[in-house]
Amino acid sequence: MTSIIRFENVTKRFGALTVLDNFNFEVQRGEKVTLIGPSGSGKSTVLRILMTLEPFQEGLLEIDGISYHEPNGRGPFKASEKHLHKIRSNVGMVFQSFNLFPHMTVLRNIVEAPVAVLKMKRDEAESRATELLRMVDLYDKKDHFPSQLSGGQQQRVAIARALAMRPRVLLFDEPTSALDPQLVGEVLGVIRNLAQEHDLTMLLVTHEMRFAREVSDRVCFFDKGRIVEQGGPEQFFSNPQQPRTREFLSSFLGEQAPSRESLRRVQ
Amino acid sequence: MTWMQYLAPLLKGAQVTVMISLASIFFGAILAFAAGIARTSSNRVLSGIAFVYVVLFRGTPLLVQLFWFYYALPLIGISFDPVTTGITVLSLLTGAFGAEVVRGALLAVPPAQLEAARALNFSKSYTLWHVSMPQAIIEMMPAFGNLAIQNLKDTALVSLISIADLTFQAQSLRNITLDSATVYTLTLVGYFMIALCLMFVMRFIEMKLRRGPAFPRSAHS
Ligand SMILES: Nc1ncnc2c1ncn2[C@@H]1O[C@H](COP(=O)(O)OP(=O)(O)OP(=O)(O)O)[C@@H](O)[C@H]1O
Ligand SMILES: [Mg+2]
Repeated sequence: MTSIIRFENVTKRFGALTVLDNFNFEVQRGEKVTLIGPSGSGKSTVLRILMTLEPFQEGLLEIDGISYHEPNGRGPFKASEKHLHKIRSNVGMVFQSFNLFPHMTVLRNIVEAPVAVLKMKRDEAESRATELLRMVDLYDKKDHFPSQLSGGQQQRVAIARALAMRPRVLLFDEPTSALDPQLVGEVLGVIRNLAQEHDLTMLLVTHEMRFAREVSDRVCFFDKGRIVEQGGPEQFFSNPQQPRTREFLSSFLGEQAPSRESLRRVQ
Repeated sequence: MTWMQYLAPLLKGAQVTVMISLASIFFGAILAFAAGIARTSSNRVLSGIAFVYVVLFRGTPLLVQLFWFYYALPLIGISFDPVTTGITVLSLLTGAFGAEVVRGALLAVPPAQLEAARALNFSKSYTLWHVSMPQAIIEMMPAFGNLAIQNLKDTALVSLISIADLTFQAQSLRNITLDSATVYTLTLVGYFMIALCLMFVMRFIEMKLRRGPAFPRSAHS
């Protein structure tokens, strides 16, 4: 088995609150996995731990065979900045609120990290950025500042920015939740195209059920810091086994008007 | 003596005032950034030293600081000429207040920006200088403007360690002429005009920084 991400009995606490309790989870190389579940169930926490934005207290986590705990490092759950740097070079993240750098143009937002971190030559980085901007259909905005773009455009730039670092694993934390309904489609379109890339491993948290069904290899239903049920999208959505899953999915198809909106939109 | 004749000595004093103020604003700004950044550092020793410095200089009167550096320090064998002492003490004071401004503005950078920088694998120092600072510095400008004016007004106290600044010249002129009204009115006008220039310069820098679409006015003010 070539799993690129492996959580083994990971426990994550915020003070007295245990968010992940002996959490086990594996993702295969190139796999597209969607995490769904109610608010506060720990979906973002899983992504944030992977991005090294949150530490965890117990257990083992590996990405591409590298442990998040530095071997022979300073204490069992700490890692030096250098080790974290190595881990992060495998992972990229797209945030719900885009988090573009407001003082940089679109082009510089994308070029900055490859030049500063990967030590790429500026013109090389710019031609790669140009390619990425064409891919997200925003080349004509390259000299604009984020404040001059719509939310959907900002999120597409943010995806290009993450891709410029050539991550093996790309994390999406509700990438369309902050967007006006009419802008969701353009961002999902970009992610849909990315899902065609065989080498890229994708971990996506979303409330867009129809989209999850369409692009995922596997869907995981999260509740209270555990995966209650998981499976291929067809089986998962058409024939959920656990009552809790059924309840959650029906709440989505039922009274939640905005969600039904979003379901219709992505077909 | 007419008021026209007062101008020559007062202008000479004003020059000294401007020189001391500009020099101590300059060195104060350097200290402010150094101590402000150190205060936000995760290095306990560094942030501890910066904390002690800021607390000491914010918590004691400028006049006592001047006397201490001018009269007490020589007793342990360290002495400077009055102008160096004046600039040093004013720089330290302005730097201490400025450090709090720098620290506050750095802490006000949205955490989401730092997380984005982290996700892109920027080093801590790269994040500081290329992500946090460019966003924070604009927020610092109005407070820096106030500190510059405060610094200018504080320079009046250096006349008490025998520096021939505007206030010192005014004092001597009054002692000779006994024409308090004219002398002190001219002195007030002098300080006010220097302050106007300072305000203008600080405004100009702020507008330069804020220009362009990167920071739409609505988002900040
Ligand atoms: N920094 C923090 N400090 C304390 N508690 C936190 C922190 N971050 C998250 N939590 C708590 O951890 C739990 C899981 O949060 P998380 O953000 O992972 O949920 P989520 O599944 O992403 O929910 P949502 O759908 O609302 O984004 C929640 O109860 C939340 O309140
Ligand atoms: Mg979340």
